[in-house]
Amino acid sequence: MKILVAVKRVIDYNVQVRVKEDGTGVVTDNVKMSTNPPDDNAIEEAVKIKESGKAKEVVAVTIGEDKAQETVRKALAVGADKGIHVKVDGIIEPLAVSKILQKIVEKEKPDLVFMGKQAIDDDCNQTGQMLAALLNWPQATFASKIDVKEKSLEVTREVDEGLETIETNIPSIVTCDLRLNEPRYASLPNIMKAKKKPLEQINASDLGIDTKPRIEQIKVEEPPKRKAGIKVASVEELVQKLKNEAKVI
Amino acid sequence: MSREVMEYDVVIVGGGPSGLSTAIKLKQLNPDINVCLLEKASEIGAHILSGNVFETRALDELFPNWKELNTPIKTKVTKEKFLFLGKKNSISWPTWLLPKVQHNHNNYIISLANLCRWLAEQAENLGIEIFPGFSASEILYNKDNSVKGIATQDMGLDKDGNKKDSHEPGIELHAKVTVFAEGCRGHLGKQLIKKFELDKGKSPQQYGIGFKEIWEIDSNKHEEGLVMHTAGWPLDNNTYGGSFIYHADNKQIYLGYVIGLDYKNPYLSPFDEFQRFKTHPSIKKYLEGGKRIAYGARALIEGGIQSLPKMYMPGALLVGCDAGTLNMPKIKGSHTAMKSGMIAAETIDEYLKENKNLSIYEEKFKKSWVYKELYEARNVKPSFSWGLILGIIFTGIDQILFRGKLPFTLKHKHADHETLRPANEMKKIEYPKPDNIITFDKTSSVYLTGTNHTENQPVHLQLKNPNLPIEYTIDKYDEPAQRYCPVGVYEVQIENNINKFVINSQNCIHCKTCDIKEPSQNITWVTPEGGGGPKYGNM
Repeated sequence: MKILVAVKRVIDYNVQVRVKEDGTGVVTDNVKMSTNPPDDNAIEEAVKIKESGKAKEVVAVTIGEDKAQETVRKALAVGADKGIHVKVDGIIEPLAVSKILQKIVEKEKPDLVFMGKQAIDDDCNQTGQMLAALLNWPQATFASKIDVKEKSLEVTREVDEGLETIETNIPSIVTCDLRLNEPRYASLPNIMKAKKKPLEQINASDLGIDTKPRIEQIKVEEPPKRKAGIKVASVEELVQKLKNEAKVI
Repeated sequence: MSREVMEYDVVIVGGGPSGLSTAIKLKQLNPDINVCLLEKASEIGAHILSGNVFETRALDELFPNWKELNTPIKTKVTKEKFLFLGKKNSISWPTWLLPKVQHNHNNYIISLANLCRWLAEQAENLGIEIFPGFSASEILYNKDNSVKGIATQDMGLDKDGNKKDSHEPGIELHAKVTVFAEGCRGHLGKQLIKKFELDKGKSPQQYGIGFKEIWEIDSNKHEEGLVMHTAGWPLDNNTYGGSFIYHADNKQIYLGYVIGLDYKNPYLSPFDEFQRFKTHPSIKKYLEGGKRIAYGARALIEGGIQSLPKMYMPGALLVGCDAGTLNMPKIKGSHTAMKSGMIAAETIDEYLKENKNLSIYEEKFKKSWVYKELYEARNVKPSFSWGLILGIIFTGIDQILFRGKLPFTLKHKHADHETLRPANEMKKIEYPKPDNIITFDKTSSVYLTGTNHTENQPVHLQLKNPNLPIEYTIDKYDEPAQRYCPVGVYEVQIENNINKFVINSQNCIHCKTCDIKEPSQNITWVTPEGGGGPKYGNM
């Protein structure tokens, strides 16, 4: 069995994101970038399945500018066997990402495709679902447990009401939740070895896919500042204020 | 427990200007040499914090063609100001009356973090293996006591030191020469200085704490290339310190404050002095209408040549401010750090090729321009122990009339942890509340540093005696850790009428001030899990 894992390079989750002054986006110059956290869970799970003997190969793919390669290298350092970097400059939306991934799936012929449930930069939560539709494959989203059976997967999903367990056929798409596992650290010797693993580079334009954004972005701005709180003297006053000022009851 | 071992010709601990320059110079001298460089930050530059007005002398030697290499060195200094601040007023000091070392007209305003990122790219292109996210936590010795290399920190330990599922044991890096380039108060450098008595016969090292904020200001008030320094208010005559304001590119200004850690009043809060400083009319006018976009702090070396330890020992060298090569009156340490690294590289090259002794490092260092400039600068900082006014008068005579050639050397008398006076002898200082426009509290400041440490890991700020803060320090000094820490790691909380000393180590920005200033030297800073700490951008 072969598992393809999609990983995305995003602004590190510890960094305080700053909106550009002209409202065209957020500042990424000199900002620490990392792998999208649930994508780390996706890689970890794929590598674990491989280590259990149920998969033979893990391929990591990323889409983005040149520096996105670092994200693939990191995936290689924690156990992926091969990397693919699809080069695109500028903003790319989930639909274009899924179309590119569709091409990669057709080329690599994996049995499973894993990715994070959503990316922490745009929070779209669409790529896995769109890819499933394009490939006409079953999908299991928000996975917090994956059990690989003979010809199917048993996946526990994090849903609003609690946990839902479903079974899907293979091939299938799985989008991963942070609760799925605890990603391992890349050890120093493995980072060294990762530098020697194959990393294929493809230009998105060569895949014949139109990556132009379909959504027109009008303005990016910071959320309004929270106003300072006040102390109320009594329950009555609180109720009054909730009713008349906040208008929530 | 046996750990995995990797062998190199040279292992360098720390990816700042000194470590990276050592690495680059080594490869320039010998392309076949195997060099590995470790950096505890998540990426090169993420733990670097500096003013910075950059003198290119060392870079000119390392990359004579650097101007053609798309460096992040763009903003030339175009104008200089020096102000003495009173409480409400200020006097502009003519720059021709400043010592020559404080002239900046050939220098550049840069982000040192970005310069380090650029140096790291050059180093990687030369074939140096750079590993960010790995902290060197332990020195390894050979049987003959010479340095054998270092071990990296175990990853994935819980608070009590138990292995988590994700546990990844540290590995040993062995080298023919290990170079320690951790910056000011490196925790391994500190151990080496003690073990090999490298500071024998030297004055105690002197430190300062430096704060920096980056502001985006109104373009009408921004003068790209302007360098401004101040002395005076809000510090009193007996406290050593001053400010810098550098107008960089993109409408940004780099604003900072440095306070000598030899201050005496335990109630003094360096952070609040810095915040208060910004409310001075001559400073506030620049900030109004602007926005603070970054904050950070880091201890720096102030001791100069009198405190500079021996920089070589069997199997290892100290470079940059892990030894202490900053030039205090010049307010610059990047060029001297780089040069010390380049000299170290020449030393190692001769050591490996010609079997020369590592002690030639000292001879080479003494012949270099770094030594000459540190020697001429040596009497400035100690003269300020007589107070600001006498310090200025003496410095004028020493630096302008005699150009640092007076036939005597003033000594530093005390280590910084010895200078605090008991709280009951000193006056409490009331600091104004932050307005959240110009001045801020520590909580909102640490938020801007992007600091994090993996949860549930062993506390990396270790107390030699865990009861000392409550049983002694709080009574005698009103626990100054609450104030000298620039991000509020240390708190005294009252629970059921009992004082409790709390260490919020997750907020630590690795400035090392606690390790320096704690009056009983009860706090030891050790490396947390690699990749933790601040994530500075263009500091």
